[in-house]
Amino acid sequence: MSETLSLPDVFDDILLFAVLPYVACVLFLVVTIQRYRQRKFTYSSLSSQFLENRMHFWGSVPFHYGILFVLAGHAVGFFMPQAILGWNASPLRLFILEVTGLAMALLALIGLVNIVLRRRANPKIRKVTNLSDWILYAMLLVQIASGIGVAVGHGWGSSWFATSISPWLWSLLTLNPEVAYVASLPWLVQVHIVSAFLLIAVFPFTRLVHILVIPNPYLWRRTQVVIWNRPRRSAGPKS
Amino acid sequence: MDVRSQIAMVFHLDKCIGCHTCSVACKNVWTDREGTEYMWWNNVETKPGTGYPTKWEDQDAYKGGWKTDGKNLDLRSTSKTKLVPNIFHNPTMPSMDDYYEPWTYTYDELFNAPEGDDQPVARPVSMITGEPMDIEAGPNWDDDLGGSKIYAANDPNLDALDPEQREQMRAIERMAFFYLPRICNHCLNPSCVASCPSGALYKRGEDGIVLVNQERCRAWRACVSACPYKKTYYNWSTGKSEKCILCFPRLEAGEAPACFHSCVGRIRYLGNVLYDASRIRDTANKPDHELVDAQRDLILDPTDPDVIKAARDSGVPDAVIDSAKKSPVFRWVKEWGLALPLHVEFRTFPMLFYVPPLLPVMSVVDGNVISNDTDKLFADIEKARAPIEYLARLFAGGNAGKVRYALRKQLSVRLWRRHLTVGDISKEIAEQALREAECSPEEADAIYRLTALASMDERVVVPPMQREQAIEMLKDPHEHKQSAGFGFRDGPMRV
Repeated sequence: MSETLSLPDVFDDILLFAVLPYVACVLFLVVTIQRYRQRKFTYSSLSSQFLENRMHFWGSVPFHYGILFVLAGHAVGFFMPQAILGWNASPLRLFILEVTGLAMALLALIGLVNIVLRRRANPKIRKVTNLSDWILYAMLLVQIASGIGVAVGHGWGSSWFATSISPWLWSLLTLNPEVAYVASLPWLVQVHIVSAFLLIAVFPFTRLVHILVIPNPYLWRRTQVVIWNRPRRSAGPKS
Repeated sequence: MDVRSQIAMVFHLDKCIGCHTCSVACKNVWTDREGTEYMWWNNVETKPGTGYPTKWEDQDAYKGGWKTDGKNLDLRSTSKTKLVPNIFHNPTMPSMDDYYEPWTYTYDELFNAPEGDDQPVARPVSMITGEPMDIEAGPNWDDDLGGSKIYAANDPNLDALDPEQREQMRAIERMAFFYLPRICNHCLNPSCVASCPSGALYKRGEDGIVLVNQERCRAWRACVSACPYKKTYYNWSTGKSEKCILCFPRLEAGEAPACFHSCVGRIRYLGNVLYDASRIRDTANKPDHELVDAQRDLILDPTDPDVIKAARDSGVPDAVIDSAKKSPVFRWVKEWGLALPLHVEFRTFPMLFYVPPLLPVMSVVDGNVISNDTDKLFADIEKARAPIEYLARLFAGGNAGKVRYALRKQLSVRLWRRHLTVGDISKEIAEQALREAECSPEEADAIYRLTALASMDERVVVPPMQREQAIEMLKDPHEHKQSAGFGFRDGPMRV
């Protein structure tokens, strides 16, 4: 970061807010698909609950519920900025949204800290933790900490997100990037943005791929799974 | 009627000597890789005892298997509504502490230690971390009632006994024990399959073997909780669940599974049975004490012309139907009523059945005294040291009548054979015993034969596995003609 900051401002912004997002997304798409096709076996949540049960609860559960809520909030802000602005028209509702979001982010942070402490403290868990995990945890810490910093230091983000980040993301999506939307934002917000795209870039190289294989078909499938070598002549239905 | 074939098994507990040869055969073939060291797809437990993993039978804690209110059958802890909120942390999953931490010894140090005043020793080191460790538990830590005040006294099945019977079981000197070898039951209504969020577990249609697709398993761990027998295991290294595969590569070559093949006591029987898959769910909703009979009713008589016709209509090949006619499992379970399912009240319909042990036949409890009544040779089964209620809790969903029937018939066969071979038991007494056990002399001879004399071919009747169909299904035989030779998974490509 310190090197890029010394570059001329316009190049800096273009690199970070017009090039990096595309590089990250291309990496994400190409590598995830390639990995799913050629190394499908590696798609696993790689749970370590079996090796350590108690701390796992205090790490995994708060982190996942917290981060899911926060991510959902970002997604709503991106897809339905007008809805957020409408909700925020009343100061009380804005306040409720801000506080809830911050609480969930803190929950995620506490969970992540517990996860990291658990992985450091327990020799069995260290055995199943590799370099990519440590890098990932460091990046997630930066991501969540900067997000909380933004929430505390630059309040009412749910409102200004809709008027600055959302249009910028839409400009990226329509292949007409307009860095002006984000170029003048506070540096902490910029760190949060850059860190987010770096996460997207490393996503396919890490255990994060388990997000892509969440078991939604389970909710609709039959209870039992029976696989036949070839279609049966008369397959009676089985519940 | 939806007739299917299932490879089923019988373990004759009266013949098990608890040597663990089966466990070692299995371990050497399948589970000596990293991440699987702690797994014993086949294990042998001493009963009474808490087993492996500890207290696996306690479903109040582990919440495995199915529950029913008489109409609706649902997984006890891993139903769809419960699984989703618990996916980040499975509250009923056993951890490694409930099994044991696998270890090895630093054998190298016996040879490579520098010269010194002390004898070099091979210290135990963890097979997870590689660090020295204190061994606190093992897969058969309570073998032969070792530490029975901790282990046997906490056997969940003792709940079935009244205080007096418990005391009787508890007094170590007088304690009866027997061995319980366990593998995956390859159930008809497997809760592991039903619970898998990824759909990675499945039952093979042709032979009913339950497998985990390693490419689809995502380590949600639901199967570990859902299996009430704790026979799906989590590989901590690969992040995938694994389980007994009934040595299907061996079966497909017509050979017995490794644990069957190596069994010293020849206690293991294998053969396919035909069953009606359309009735499974209704059967599973029946009350506990009816379940033994209800599960037996699912199994069809392969000599019945109606069954044969229905089986053909359901696409079961003739060779498989013929194999079912020769199945030793059918005789033990259906014809003779001697073999019973383990914990049928879990409602998974295990396809591994046990002939309950007649132990110890010559001893009776008389107040506080164990009497080895040699005059009578065979004691009354009601006075046997292991209370029938205990066996009923294990093998009959609490229905003591089913256990009593199996024990009485086994005892009558012994009396009958004693009469024939030694002659110190009169024909009248032997015949009366057979009559009371609802057993004919011919049946008694057949039971004796399959118990004591049967060769490998009679004990293990592997049905034809129809592999050619499977191969045709997977690969067009012409697909690789004029393309890759052997040794390439993706074919040799220039770019």
